[in-house]
Amino acid sequence: MSARSPRTSAGSAGTDGLAFEVDGLVKTFPVERTLFERLRREEARAVHALNGVALRVERGETLGIVGESGCGKSTLARCLVRLHEPDTGTIRYHGIDVRSLRGDALRQYHRKVQMIFQDPYSSLNPRMSVGQILREALTVHAMRPPKAVFARQSELLDLVGLPVDSLERMPHEFSGGQRQRIGIARALALEPETLVADELVSALDVSVQAQVINLLLELQSRLHLTVLFVAHDLRLVRHISHRVAVMYLGRVVEVGATEALFKDPRHPYTRALLSAAPSLDPERKTESEAVKGELPSPMRIPPGCPFHPRCPVAMERCRSEVPALLPRADGRVHACHLEEPQPTEDARAA
Amino acid sequence: MSRPPAPHDPRAAGLPDGEALLSVRHLDTTFHTPRGPLHAVRDVSFDVRPGEVLGIVGESGSGKSVTLRSILRLLKPPTEITGEVRWKGLDLLTASRRRMLEVTGAEISVIFQEPMTALNPVLTVGEQILESLRAHEGLRGAAARDRATELLDLVGIPSPRERLGAYPHEFSGGMRQRAMIAIALASTPQLLLADEPTTALDVTIQDQILKLLLRLREQLGMSVILVTHDLGVVAQTCDRVAVMYAGRLVETAPVRAVFREPKHAYTLGLRLSLPSGGAHRQPLQPIPGAPPDLQDLPPGCPFAPRCSYVTDACRAEEPRRQPVAPQHTSACIHSDRLPAFEEVGS
Repeated sequence: MSARSPRTSAGSAGTDGLAFEVDGLVKTFPVERTLFERLRREEARAVHALNGVALRVERGETLGIVGESGCGKSTLARCLVRLHEPDTGTIRYHGIDVRSLRGDALRQYHRKVQMIFQDPYSSLNPRMSVGQILREALTVHAMRPPKAVFARQSELLDLVGLPVDSLERMPHEFSGGQRQRIGIARALALEPETLVADELVSALDVSVQAQVINLLLELQSRLHLTVLFVAHDLRLVRHISHRVAVMYLGRVVEVGATEALFKDPRHPYTRALLSAAPSLDPERKTESEAVKGELPSPMRIPPGCPFHPRCPVAMERCRSEVPALLPRADGRVHACHLEEPQPTEDARAA
Repeated sequence: MSRPPAPHDPRAAGLPDGEALLSVRHLDTTFHTPRGPLHAVRDVSFDVRPGEVLGIVGESGSGKSVTLRSILRLLKPPTEITGEVRWKGLDLLTASRRRMLEVTGAEISVIFQEPMTALNPVLTVGEQILESLRAHEGLRGAAARDRATELLDLVGIPSPRERLGAYPHEFSGGMRQRAMIAIALASTPQLLLADEPTTALDVTIQDQILKLLLRLREQLGMSVILVTHDLGVVAQTCDRVAVMYAGRLVETAPVRAVFREPKHAYTLGLRLSLPSGGAHRQPLQPIPGAPPDLQDLPPGCPFAPRCSYVTDACRAEEPRRQPVAPQHTSACIHSDRLPAFEEVGS
């Protein structure tokens, strides 16, 4: 399947085109009370990481997920691969409720949806050679008969551009970029359909980042992968994503085709985020700050629109009413009260 | 290794003598490791002019942070630092530590990437500012507290008088960096050394801190050396740029020239490896390979093994940095073969 045309509507579509359908996803992490707080009988607090996330991911597309710390992008990625169990909400993968999976179906899901982590230094077992790391992945899921494992190991190294003699070597003998390739090879050993890449290249030097991005682009077209690219680097996300979702304090505030979103952001937070990212053109300097104020703590999320305390165009309504992520009159999908939601299907037909 | 013509050769930094606030000449820093000596900074020379923001940019291991720390002798022994760091006629490297601290304590301040480890966790922010005010400005009591409140206000901390009593852990990352800047400013420095000051911060907070630094530079007329790996931060903040690779300074130029007409193949490679709008989902142009091991450098130009402009001459001898245009120096012998950029992109 080739890359699909980007969808701008969040409305329902035939499920056969969708990899993921996420609705109303909520995840909170309880915070241990200190002794002092317990003695004062203070209420237990919690980090509200996801507060009703809705998202569609099409098969074969690259969806970029961007946002600042506390926006929930990593928690979302971890919920999708079931490293975290969400409190409420649904995750459907190819139409099937992921949270109901048990036994072999769950094993198959874990195989089909692979996560690649940010830190290539801590996500590889330092006491296992590259060969052992790949062998483990291949045998646990019985991807190849024992006799064919070696051939497959070599194939995988070739696929990610590592020399064949890497099998005998240990992770510490490789540079950061090469280690990230080992992590990708391990994920590909399971012949996944979907890759969830959480800050794939953030720990790498600029000159090496491009190598890994090129590898990802090439693998995606060769293996028809669906990719969720979670990152804070807006320039990279813009380059590789078909569509982009912008998150703020546990919610998706805007989603849309990459160029439309970057050229004409609709949500005030998206605008602030994009204009805060430093441009490479020294002649396009701005004097004033893109947005004032601090990021609120995910333990104390403001009522109403979570962005209203920092929003330059906030109205009374924004302080009390949470705006829904809906298609607006201009077809763009975001969660801001400034533009009225698109009329329903019936109203348009009339 | 060959050395540039003579010490204090103004051409080494591309400006006439006497104009510099800080002059670094032939700075060499060597760490003694169990694997043998590690030459982290080699023959680095540059000047900082009054009121300018000089960016030192490079990847990990390029020596940018070590250069900054060598200036104030902040590196622990066994480390060998040679060369000359001239601040108002005093060589900071050979002066007694006491003399160096007398001069630099007040006039040169430093801020680091992670304010939580640089701030004292058991003292309030106010106490840490007062400490500096007492030592460098001789201020005490109500006058000192008023000045401390003023400083917190200057760096954009809301309700500054109340915040004097807060501990660093009560601040968010951005506020901590603001507090650290306030402490650094307490001695009214003429030079601020900033080591990746926004790398640990979110992009909207980074934007606020960088704008703050630029505003303070205007208001206080101080110079800044900003060490960073982020070319976007360089483009938006610096007046001049020094590019480092494998412990060497390979190019210095005004910021516009670095982005429009890079004169070193490494600088060009860095620029090209970044996506800059346009070719959506097309392959990027990475620099092949990885930076060299500082204990096993290739012969000649250290960038030669990864360079697409490499010739035999590059491998024969390590090229010296030379003037290639007004205020522009480069250590690339193929600087005239490198293309210029029409559009800088986003």
